Amino acid sequence: MKIVVCIKQVPDTTEIKLDPVTGTMIRDGVPSIMNPDDKGGLEVALTLKDKYGAEVTVITMGPPQADDILREALAMGADRAIHLSDRKFAGADTLATSNAIAGALRMLEYDLVITGRQAIDGDTAQVGPQIAEHLDLPQVTYVEDLEFDGNKTFTIRKSMEEGYQMVQVEAPCVVTVLASANKARYMSVRGIVEAYDREVEVWNFNNIRVDEAKLGLNGSPTRVWKSFTKGAKAAGTLYEVEPAEAVDIIVEKLKEKFII
Amino acid sequence: MDFSLSKKEILFLQMIRAFAEKEVKPLAAEVDEEERFPLETVEKMAKLGIMGIPFPVEYGGAGGDNVLYSMAVEELSRVCATTGVIVSAHTSLCASPIYEFGTEEQKKKYLPKLCSGEWIGAFGLTEPNAGTDASAQQTMAVLEDDHYVLNGSKIFITNAAYANVYIVMAMTDKSQGTRGISAFIVERDFPGFSIGKKEKKMGIRGSATCELIFENCLVPKENLLGKPGEGFKIAMKTLDGGRMGIASQALGIAQGAMDETVKYVKERKQFGKAIGQFQNTQFQLADLDTKIEAARLLVRMAAWKKDRKMPYSADSARAKLFAAETAMEMTTKAVQFHGGYGYTREYPVERMMRDAKITEIYEGTSEVQRMVIAAALLK
Amino acid sequence: MDKSQYKDVYVFVEQREGVIQKVALELLGKARELADSLQEQVVAMLLGHGVAGQAQELIAYGADVVLCADAPELEEYNTEPYAQAITQIVRERKPSIVLIGATTIGRDLGPRLSARLETGLTADCTGLAISEERDLLMTRPAFGGNLMATIMCKQHRPQMSTVRPGVMRAKPREEGRDGKVENIEIRFDASKFKVRILKTVKEQKNRIDITEAKVLVSGGRGVGNAEGFEMLGKLAETIHAEVSSSRAMVDAGVMPHDRQVGQTGKTVRPDLYFALGISGAIQHLAGMEESEFIIAVNKDKYAPIFGVADLGIVGDVKKVVPLLTERLAAIRKEEK
Repeated sequence: MKIVVCIKQVPDTTEIKLDPVTGTMIRDGVPSIMNPDDKGGLEVALTLKDKYGAEVTVITMGPPQADDILREALAMGADRAIHLSDRKFAGADTLATSNAIAGALRMLEYDLVITGRQAIDGDTAQVGPQIAEHLDLPQVTYVEDLEFDGNKTFTIRKSMEEGYQMVQVEAPCVVTVLASANKARYMSVRGIVEAYDREVEVWNFNNIRVDEAKLGLNGSPTRVWKSFTKGAKAAGTLYEVEPAEAVDIIVEKLKEKFII
Repeated sequence: MDFSLSKKEILFLQMIRAFAEKEVKPLAAEVDEEERFPLETVEKMAKLGIMGIPFPVEYGGAGGDNVLYSMAVEELSRVCATTGVIVSAHTSLCASPIYEFGTEEQKKKYLPKLCSGEWIGAFGLTEPNAGTDASAQQTMAVLEDDHYVLNGSKIFITNAAYANVYIVMAMTDKSQGTRGISAFIVERDFPGFSIGKKEKKMGIRGSATCELIFENCLVPKENLLGKPGEGFKIAMKTLDGGRMGIASQALGIAQGAMDETVKYVKERKQFGKAIGQFQNTQFQLADLDTKIEAARLLVRMAAWKKDRKMPYSADSARAKLFAAETAMEMTTKAVQFHGGYGYTREYPVERMMRDAKITEIYEGTSEVQRMVIAAALLK
Repeated sequence: MDKSQYKDVYVFVEQREGVIQKVALELLGKARELADSLQEQVVAMLLGHGVAGQAQELIAYGADVVLCADAPELEEYNTEPYAQAITQIVRERKPSIVLIGATTIGRDLGPRLSARLETGLTADCTGLAISEERDLLMTRPAFGGNLMATIMCKQHRPQMSTVRPGVMRAKPREEGRDGKVENIEIRFDASKFKVRILKTVKEQKNRIDITEAKVLVSGGRGVGNAEGFEMLGKLAETIHAEVSSSRAMVDAGVMPHDRQVGQTGKTVRPDLYFALGISGAIQHLAGMEESEFIIAVNKDKYAPIFGVADLGIVGDVKKVVPLLTERLAAIRKEEK
């Protein structure tokens, strides 16, 4: 079995702090990490490799420093790493990103394509299903568990708001995995020691099969028009009132905040 | 000169820190409280190759080096000094002498099991009457046919209760003094070998420190490590490496106490402001931070020299001396900064203070380190 | 692309087991506003099997037209048949805007559609408005909510966005409102149906880890005992929250350790944190002060918890909480 896992390098958003005075984000010194859902997806692939001897390829699109997460994936046990990097890919929204990755996937063999459900810097959950559409593959999103019959069929448990769904699909297909699906393994020491001696294939526009008009900023239907921060937290208010009135105040606040 | 970490080292730190935070830290208080050897952690470390970091792949090791190994002991000790010393004693005091002084057969037999963590290693030198004066060995080994017969006992042996293989020093020829000491590889189930009482300790309480007892213990001749009479030399060289490991442990303890203190002084408010805003706090922390960083440079240099097969005996002694004393100072002050809370088990700094003390004692007291350093200086 | 050919605001009406989901009504409310400012129509896309009878309900909530696609293939949501149905509608009707609920279903369907229709999709919008050039302004959080971005899709139609449940408000139901219902025949290509649903299981989800809960009801010494925590449990149930605790109540054996917030427990940052009978010791504050909105109730008006609270009530939790639970339960009932 051949598995391709699409991974993304993201800023560790849990480490982002707001300047208490200006309310702006402090992005300096925020570490970059492998997106947690993608890591969950890689673990699904490596578990299949342990059981069925799959060949696991990881692929990422991003600037040169995204090499780090490919090395991390190799140190965890991936067999092959591909880094999509070209100015023509820059400024891509989810659709243009999915076009580039699908273009690379067309050059590879796969029985299973895995992505994380969503990336923590954008939380869009779009690239996986968009890749599936470009490649005309069936998709299963929100994957919590995946069993393979050793032949061609995946039996998958997907998370839903009120429970879960069991579905079946044959290879080849695309699944998007939740970080909570598993506990991703650590890199092994030997994997780390060898990671930087192994090859990471760097692919540019010429290595993939896709129409240039569908890539990068030009291939992106959506544009960020403006961005802004929510601003610093205002001081709270204190009420010393009878219980009934207190409840009125709380309920009013919850309504205002759309919580009820 | 290059002080920057390599990409490989950065990746390694990323892994070992995450492992320490998520797998080791949550157990630290319990391991201390219950004096429990964290076998489940050892199994997890084994799977990742942490039990065989600086040994070649051909012997089942991870193919790493002593810099990575030292970083591992530091990062583990930063959250749990017990876990740090388990790895250090196993690697530096057992696997290392087999790798450095063992025959090809011995290496092939023992290293893969030790590196994979299937077996845990320990080291027996200290005796009731042979502490700092390690030459006063009373354990005897007599060659009879194809076995050595060992009689005597060893005390304060880290990992003892859970180890499968022990490097043991014993006198083979008393008339030769230190040149009459030989080293042996003893397996747990050799006849006549048993584990004695477990010590109740002040700190590193999970490390299962026990007595080793030899009553006509039969050790096959081929388990002699090195040549007859080389035991003392092997022990001293082994301790050079061990001290680098303990220096890493002390450094980790100091850093862990600093982490806790920084967090605390930012949050704790007295007289209307965070105590970290008082200059008394700031100046003390600045001095301690400087010492920790100096200790780190000494530790890294010792490991770096060992990797390059350069003489590092005095480097190792300096690193251990300074890191241990820094750990003691840092943890004592950490408790002070935490005030009454610091004296309770609600915060980890009191444990760190108890753990730190041993680093000034074992694998050569601070006084022994000064002897080693002075000897190198005045030779 | 000739944008003038595209008009009206379309809403994907999500139904599960034939029940129209609340998020669809919320989207209709927002769609109504957008359509009014464009002087266009709100069109609801109702897909399912045997659901046509509910079309009138969608009109009552703001739809001008309900397109009803009734087919056995659409009985239960599955990506491909739904994507085919909506693709056909969009290609034939050319909507300007398509709104989809950001549920597990909507977030599965939306991106598949956007790729098939080769248009932009903005996920999890918290604000939608019309620009002076009649384009859709889609505002959404990014970087874990630390940054807001307004996104446009100027050159492509339809402009698509998903919106999380609870973010928009449904309009009040308007009985007898005028609207048109049209039935649509979908031409399926069943050869593309590859994912088989074996079963859909509803379950009482296991307790969510407190670090992942959106709303936490947290109790301290002021709550007193297990009985007091039962009272918090009722409040939590009413507002779909999780119960957490200060260290004091964990040490007292009232609450398990995995529910403890604070330095020696867990660090949480929910959207809403109720600190009930918690004085706010430093080790507790360290674990929760980054919560989005903090409501504290405590008898002691000098309790440090009020220093971090957005809304503070000086009072007895044992009096305030039951009253609050009662009131919120009544509001929930009305909503249903």
